[in-house]
Amino acid sequence: MNKYDPKGIPHTTPRQSATFTQDINSDIRRAAATGIYDIRGGGAKRKVPSFDDLLFMGASISRYPLEGYREKCETSVTIGGLHAENPIELDIPITIAGMSFGALSGPAKEALGRGASAAGTSTTTGDGGMTPEERGHSDKLVYQYLPSRYGMNPNDLRKADAIEIVVGQGAKPGGGGMLLGQKISDRVAEMRNLPKGIDQRSACRHPDWTGPDDLEIKILELREITGWKVPIYVKVAGARPYYDTTLAIKAGADAVVLDGMQGGTAATQDVFIEHVGQPTLAIVRPAVQALQDLGMHRKVQLILSGGIRSGADVAKAMALGADAVAIGTAALIALGDNDPKWEAEYNALGTTAGAYDDWHEGRDPAGITTQDPELQARFDPVEGGRRLRNYLKVMTLEAQTIARACGKNHLHNLEPEDLVALTMEAAAMAQVPLAGTNWYPGKPNTSF
Amino acid sequence: MQTIDLSETGLRAMNKLLHAQSEDTNQTAWEIINPKGAHAIACGLNAPIEVTVKGSTGYYCAGMNQQATVNIHGSAGPGTGENIMSGKIVIEGDASQYLGATGHGGLIVVKGNASSRCGISMKGVNIVVQGNIGHMSAFMGQSGNLVVCGDAGDALGDSCYEARFFVRGKVKSLGADCEKKEMRKEHLTLLKSLLDEAGIDADPTEFTRYGSARNLYNFDVDNAGAY
Repeated sequence: MNKYDPKGIPHTTPRQSATFTQDINSDIRRAAATGIYDIRGGGAKRKVPSFDDLLFMGASISRYPLEGYREKCETSVTIGGLHAENPIELDIPITIAGMSFGALSGPAKEALGRGASAAGTSTTTGDGGMTPEERGHSDKLVYQYLPSRYGMNPNDLRKADAIEIVVGQGAKPGGGGMLLGQKISDRVAEMRNLPKGIDQRSACRHPDWTGPDDLEIKILELREITGWKVPIYVKVAGARPYYDTTLAIKAGADAVVLDGMQGGTAATQDVFIEHVGQPTLAIVRPAVQALQDLGMHRKVQLILSGGIRSGADVAKAMALGADAVAIGTAALIALGDNDPKWEAEYNALGTTAGAYDDWHEGRDPAGITTQDPELQARFDPVEGGRRLRNYLKVMTLEAQTIARACGKNHLHNLEPEDLVALTMEAAAMAQVPLAGTNWYPGKPNTSF
Repeated sequence: MQTIDLSETGLRAMNKLLHAQSEDTNQTAWEIINPKGAHAIACGLNAPIEVTVKGSTGYYCAGMNQQATVNIHGSAGPGTGENIMSGKIVIEGDASQYLGATGHGGLIVVKGNASSRCGISMKGVNIVVQGNIGHMSAFMGQSGNLVVCGDAGDALGDSCYEARFFVRGKVKSLGADCEKKEMRKEHLTLLKSLLDEAGIDADPTEFTRYGSARNLYNFDVDNAGAY
């Protein structure tokens, strides 16, 4: 570009607006062209304070570590022992979050069951009911009880190892969902009692109860129908974690599933995903505080989800007081979602590997988030299950490595005292000191 | 006739007893006394038995019912017959909100009135109400039939799919994408059979049929105001 005009006057450097960025401008142009907001899958893509802003200090003279290959570091967790006759016993504290048959293909659901079972953990149904393949391949299956009640029936309810009443999810606290018509195959339509090819709306709240007092009665009904045998979880979005956790416990939940804004969804408005809810890092301590205030910490289990990716994230969640975590998006990536080997096809869809999030359109090149038979055929559920098992094993080994380095013989023995924060925001949210200081931002009577 | 005094037996023991009945049980007649508005009475039944509750019930009576007939000799609390799969529920008095919510099959009969959100998200259940129903009834109704011998409140059938509504009296207002439909011969035949099964003497030709206009079945920005 010329630095001077013909008269010799210097040009100013072209300057992009920090307010009207190229991304924002493309959003405006798309809205102007279509008249409708952008729908996409996944969780928040914006950068928010996260577990990456925390570090473990490890052992030294004042703390001594466990020998990595000699001394045991337990990873098992029991969920639902408070009220259920048959609580869930998991080998590892990493569970598979609810994802629907409909949003995902049948083979993808099968792979999740295979992988979770091989790793000794549970998987979860979604908005669309329980498929025989999923039940058959999942040693421990949690049955989601959602507002839409698509596919909900008492026979499947009684086949479940636990029931998860879904009040909200982190990607869209207070929002429902929509499965677009192109993903409604004959089988999906039949399971949901709706005609093929029409958009299927999922309600944002349950049709037969409102508020915590009603929830208590709903839990009673579900316990009566299932003979008080299986645990009942309550899943809430990371909106008001202290109060929601308190009310879920008061209503009689055996476990609380708490989902931060990085948690994925099959489809909702981009504006919802990016602007409603709280980061996962910000919600765990208030929820743990609620459990502690009620004397229920470690009695009612806290399962944290929303952007969990590695053993380090698992260990940090445990250290902040969670009993287990759940993964969704990470599990799909382990299966092969957004794999660069499909780059040419992602390009043809106007995107690139890693950024593909139009899961609701049913054209997933990886054959995972689709009901298209040809695309589904690309995905091998046996290989997918093996990949998921490997990933879960690696996450577990990573978390154990960190726990041993902190001198802990069980992941649950990790504690906030093991952590420091790299930023003031993360320190305030996690209620741990800023690295290199004794300062807990936001906590009275501490100083820099 | 087996009689259970709920005030003495307790909810858990009572439901356990009813759940223990098999397909070929010969103990087919049951009576529950002293219900005193308890919640979750006779929920999750799955046997060809007839249970009569002598009094009013709380939330979710006969929830997720399969095969059984449940008679309520009183009024019924919220969510009665929620997610019913099959069988029959007969309420002699009035029914509170969310009656038959998400029900997949079977028949629910109300001799009195039903409150708001009657048949919400219904997925195949048939509901016959001798009196009136409240607002937002059959919201997102997917399939099945809702018959109202009296009047319907505001926003009947809002965002409904393939469920059918037959109303003899007035409809205060129709919900989004719900419209008046032609009553054809097959609908008169269907309505007569539902009224007969419910034991209600009413002339099918006095009813008006309503259902989905199907304009919201696939998202269209020009209909955005209706969502």
